Amino acid sequence: MQSSNIAIHVEKVSKCYRIGLKEEMHESLVSGLLSFMKSPLNNYRKYRSLYNFDDIDPDANDLDLFWALRDLSFKVEKGEVLGIVGKNGAGKSTMLKILSKISFPTRGQIEIRGKSSSLLEVGTGFHPELTGRENVYLNGTVLGMKKKEIDRKFDEIVEFSGVEKFLDTPVKRYSSGMNVRLAFAVAAHLEPEILIIDEVLAVGDAEFQSKCLGKMGKVAKEGRTVLFVSHNMGAITQLCSRVLWIEGGRVREDGLPMDVVTNYLSSGAEGEGNWIRPSEEGDAERGAWLKGARVASARGTEGPPFFNFGERAKIEIDYEVRDEVRDCSVYLFLRDSFGNLLWVSHDNDEFFQLGQVRGPGTYRSTCEFPESLLQPGQYFISLGISGKPQTGQCFTLLSKEGKTTNAVQKEYHDVLKFNISDAGYPFVQKRIGMLSPSLSWKLERQ
Amino acid sequence: MSNSAMTEDSVSIIKPKSGWSIADWKELMEYRDLLFFLVWRDVKVLYAQTILGFAWAILNPLVQIIIFSIIFGKIAQLSSEGVPYLVFSSLAIIPWTYMSSTMGTASQSLVSGQGMLGKIYFPRIIFPLSSVLSKLVDFAISFLIILCVLVFYGIAPTWNFLYLPIFFLFMVILPAGVGMWLSSLAIRFRDVRFGMQFGIGMLMYSAPIVYSASSMEENIRFIYSFNPIVGIIEGYRACLLGTPMPWMYIMPGFVVAFLIFISGAWYFKRMEYMMVDVI
Repeated sequence: MQSSNIAIHVEKVSKCYRIGLKEEMHESLVSGLLSFMKSPLNNYRKYRSLYNFDDIDPDANDLDLFWALRDLSFKVEKGEVLGIVGKNGAGKSTMLKILSKISFPTRGQIEIRGKSSSLLEVGTGFHPELTGRENVYLNGTVLGMKKKEIDRKFDEIVEFSGVEKFLDTPVKRYSSGMNVRLAFAVAAHLEPEILIIDEVLAVGDAEFQSKCLGKMGKVAKEGRTVLFVSHNMGAITQLCSRVLWIEGGRVREDGLPMDVVTNYLSSGAEGEGNWIRPSEEGDAERGAWLKGARVASARGTEGPPFFNFGERAKIEIDYEVRDEVRDCSVYLFLRDSFGNLLWVSHDNDEFFQLGQVRGPGTYRSTCEFPESLLQPGQYFISLGISGKPQTGQCFTLLSKEGKTTNAVQKEYHDVLKFNISDAGYPFVQKRIGMLSPSLSWKLERQ
Repeated sequence: MSNSAMTEDSVSIIKPKSGWSIADWKELMEYRDLLFFLVWRDVKVLYAQTILGFAWAILNPLVQIIIFSIIFGKIAQLSSEGVPYLVFSSLAIIPWTYMSSTMGTASQSLVSGQGMLGKIYFPRIIFPLSSVLSKLVDFAISFLIILCVLVFYGIAPTWNFLYLPIFFLFMVILPAGVGMWLSSLAIRFRDVRFGMQFGIGMLMYSAPIVYSASSMEENIRFIYSFNPIVGIIEGYRACLLGTPMPWMYIMPGFVVAFLIFISGAWYFKRMEYMMVDVI
């Protein structure tokens, strides 16, 4: 703690949540009635226990306790770009929240030297009724900038976002892409000594994503300390000087990016052949949600599912719609084991009609990939669902202040995994390149 | 969290629970630009896309004044201490409107701001504070009603006017204190919202807004004045009408208001550490 070269020092941090308290089963009407009358007192006790952990032992294993972080310790030096990987639910977001002073640890402490800014969401504070210009100021101050700072950088921010023409219209009239660009433009001009970023690069189109990565690269070169959580292994290996692998609330590995990422990916931590969506906060209000997905008709009963080179990989996605959802689509991302994003495809790409409604019910969308295209190797599927419920907006960015109502938009990273084998590979040697299609060539003598 | 200035760095320590401090003033000053923009946003958004715009700030209390003047003034013929009932009620309703709407909004400020609460850090006290400040704009506009009424009835200002800033100050710190208490309770117990709905209605009758307290028996009136709203309302009337200031029935309320404010800030700070986890 004496060394002034350490920007962040996390010491044995633990974080505990109380989850789904068991409901009492009633055996008789009388006991049910009695319990109902006693309920104000019980409810008070229940609510109070949500945050009161004074008497909890870190190693206790009560069924209603969930330890998101356990004795987590690590140091970050000034100027380091630290990448953080881990499967969904490993504790990464919880740790970022605590580092951002949004949540507090149950045990342990963190020392931060220097001013830190966190980017956990793009567009925090954006209000649909305000204009782009006004939202730049609002979002900027929310992120911790002073008004003078924003004045100074205003033109740069607007230029980066590319929405100059629409600066004085309320953002509720912006397309979602414009919103993201404007919000990210503000965030990109933060100049804190320590920057904490949580997967915000997963939004926007490819061109914008590369712009963001470029900006992040610049920030890293300026000597700032950066903490970067992502599932984008390509970005992680490109930008980071060190990577931390968090699993089960602890540090599982800490070292050079290529090493840690390779171990992480090959541990099968990401993806399987079959995925069931775990229940989440906010489920009761969702208009539509993914139920699960699987790699279908694959070979390989033991070990990861695979398809031969000449076969079509098939992905089945199950989802449920409760309220009528407009412009609903379920979509998938395909990436290879090097972190390259190969494609995004929506289940309504072919039949897209504006305003198309999917009524309540359970659905299954099946997608087949073209055969003889993907290079032999391991692939990961990320899933997403989006749509507009009849009553209101769905994108987090455009929600009314506070709770997102009927939120539909949700993405799940690297939940499925499959291999393409080289059985049937038509070329004599393994080629380089992300794809290996057999293209048709015409030979003519001139 | 504590902040100590090292040679060049600012060091902050994130620990499980905060201590016994009341507020981190230095930090609040750092975020004053944010407070300004949040207040400005509240004000701008409230009347966005309305035709009448800020006129609503006047219409709301104005309608109340007219209705009360008819019902309590003409029909029920309640005593109004020798002043026309319209004057009597408008001097009280304007500050009361500010206090009640601020308490209501401030108590829900954390709940309605939970989106930002969970995604970015800034001093949490800014949430209830922005309600307290943004409603002042409405207050300033509706104060025009008071000025018009005073001019219309030819009531000249007296030296009592100089006391006005004191009552203004307490009119602000009372809802601020209540807001801090209730907002930190509301994120855990949603009952607060329902309680507020009828509580505020009841509270209006606990102070001499539509009736006069001058006919109360002395001892009872003294106990009655421990309600801070009483002191504030009596004070506003005495300031603007020039009638003698009933300090004895104002001071108890001031003490209570001050205690609510200090304890509210303390409780809010104590509960800060778990706000995100239970909302």
